[in-house]
Amino acid sequence: MSIARFWRETPRRYNLGGSRCTNCGTVYFPPRGVCPECTHHRQSIEKMEPFQLSGDGEVYSYSVVHEPAEGFEMQVPYVLALVKTKEGPILTAQVVDIEPKDVRIGLKVRATFRKLRQEGKAGVIHYGYKFAPSEDTETSIVPRGPAGAVRAAGVPERDRAPA
Amino acid sequence: MRDVAILGVGQTKFGELWDRSFREIGIEAGLQALVDAKLSSADLDALFLGNMASGALIDQEHIAPLILDYAGLGRRHLPAVRVEGGGASGALALHQGYLAVASGLYDYVVVGGAEKLTDVPDATAAEITSSAADHEWEVVFGATLPGLWALIARRHMHDFGTTREQLAQVPVHDHAMGSKNPLAHFRNKLTLDQVLGAGAVAEPLGMLDCAPLSDGAAAVVLGPLEIARRHTDTPIRIAASHVACDTMALHHRKEITTLESTVFAAQRAFAHARRAPRDVKVAEVHDAYSISALVALEDLGFVEKGHAGPAFASGQFGPGGSVTVNPSGGLKAQGCPFGAVGVAQVVELVRQLRGEAKERQVAGADLALAHDVGGTGATSVVHLLERAA
Repeated sequence: MSIARFWRETPRRYNLGGSRCTNCGTVYFPPRGVCPECTHHRQSIEKMEPFQLSGDGEVYSYSVVHEPAEGFEMQVPYVLALVKTKEGPILTAQVVDIEPKDVRIGLKVRATFRKLRQEGKAGVIHYGYKFAPSEDTETSIVPRGPAGAVRAAGVPERDRAPA
Repeated sequence: MRDVAILGVGQTKFGELWDRSFREIGIEAGLQALVDAKLSSADLDALFLGNMASGALIDQEHIAPLILDYAGLGRRHLPAVRVEGGGASGALALHQGYLAVASGLYDYVVVGGAEKLTDVPDATAAEITSSAADHEWEVVFGATLPGLWALIARRHMHDFGTTREQLAQVPVHDHAMGSKNPLAHFRNKLTLDQVLGAGAVAEPLGMLDCAPLSDGAAAVVLGPLEIARRHTDTPIRIAASHVACDTMALHHRKEITTLESTVFAAQRAFAHARRAPRDVKVAEVHDAYSISALVALEDLGFVEKGHAGPAFASGQFGPGGSVTVNPSGGLKAQGCPFGAVGVAQVVELVRQLRGEAKERQVAGADLALAHDVGGTGATSVVHLLERAA
């Protein structure tokens, strides 16, 4: 990937800069020029404004990756996750600073600025967001286990997710 | 729109074809299909070729005229068009060929699919094919194709109680079917313990949950149904051909345990053909990963959402079940040459509907479904095929 191709996304990859549709209020990351939620897309053209994500979220799904993506060879095994931010958008990112076996759906996490990978013979370093636990993983209040167990406790876990 | 029939089929062996080039396998499949259709190359009107990544894999773009040329048709100046849609490229090419014949613009069209994945190292091929996902916002952050499907698997297990063992039933099934297919990449049978004990790729998926990187090519000849009997005693009618797309990245979906592109493509196809999932007796579904097959069976309407794991384990999709899935061995056992997959699925189903599938023959097969997916479902293609009356 050329330096310019990575560099031009710096505001998003370093600072979680997203966008918000002023027509319907939906927040997007990465930013979009047109709102997919507005029934008539053209209503949102020129009405998307910059929006800063807080970086707080929780794990929506995760995998421990053993066969890495290019540039991640030195990090295996690593945790790849979908993180649902409290503002709504879901991001694909690594979860770090935790043993892979302790990661679970619902784990509260916060964005952290890290080296993502080093690319090619030139060794260009790509920086960006990863996520680290923002709760004490020993005293978690988020129920573990399959959905059946959660439902048996009377509270569907999906309902606990922040909007 | 005219009715469109499949008049001939051809396919190379799938696997690590070290001694064969991209153009050789492409031509072999196409010429087989022409001979099967009792057509001469002089009858042809056009070629559509499904291929995902020849530029990155073999440093060759502009491959549709290349194949046309080496098939001996270069000087006839026919139109030749490459079609790309990630792993769904082959099925997408078939859709384009179908439209071309249905419209009346062309009468006889060859639709091919070909991919050569073993001319680069495995890790390079995996990296290249991961470009079917969103490079900028998934792959740059550490995502791989098996990693993304693992995220779907984990959430499916969480939401519906699907188990690791239920996932592992898919490759066991596929290899049992593939063992009867002389063209399959893998013809060995697998046990549940072998699948569960294989090295991890992206948890919960292990090496034997993942389709291999294969070379291979497949082709079909299409023509108007009204003159199909000049070419074959058993014309197969394309009862429906539908495509649907979704967000490029998995993380932009409202739900990740369903592929809405598959739901919509299937609904459109069944509505078009005025048929229902219960009418389908044999299907080739996208099973690049074990979880892919379970999600597909739900999204195509063969089983209720969340229930594919237990249903698969109970044998509902095996021989003698309500619908026999992946008699070819699927992507897992027959092999996964990306751009060839969607065409190869249809080659197998044509053989099933003609009653020519030998050991693999599904009894009473009269309506068949083919389902192909690109990436994590940004594109899905569904074809319904039936024996012409």
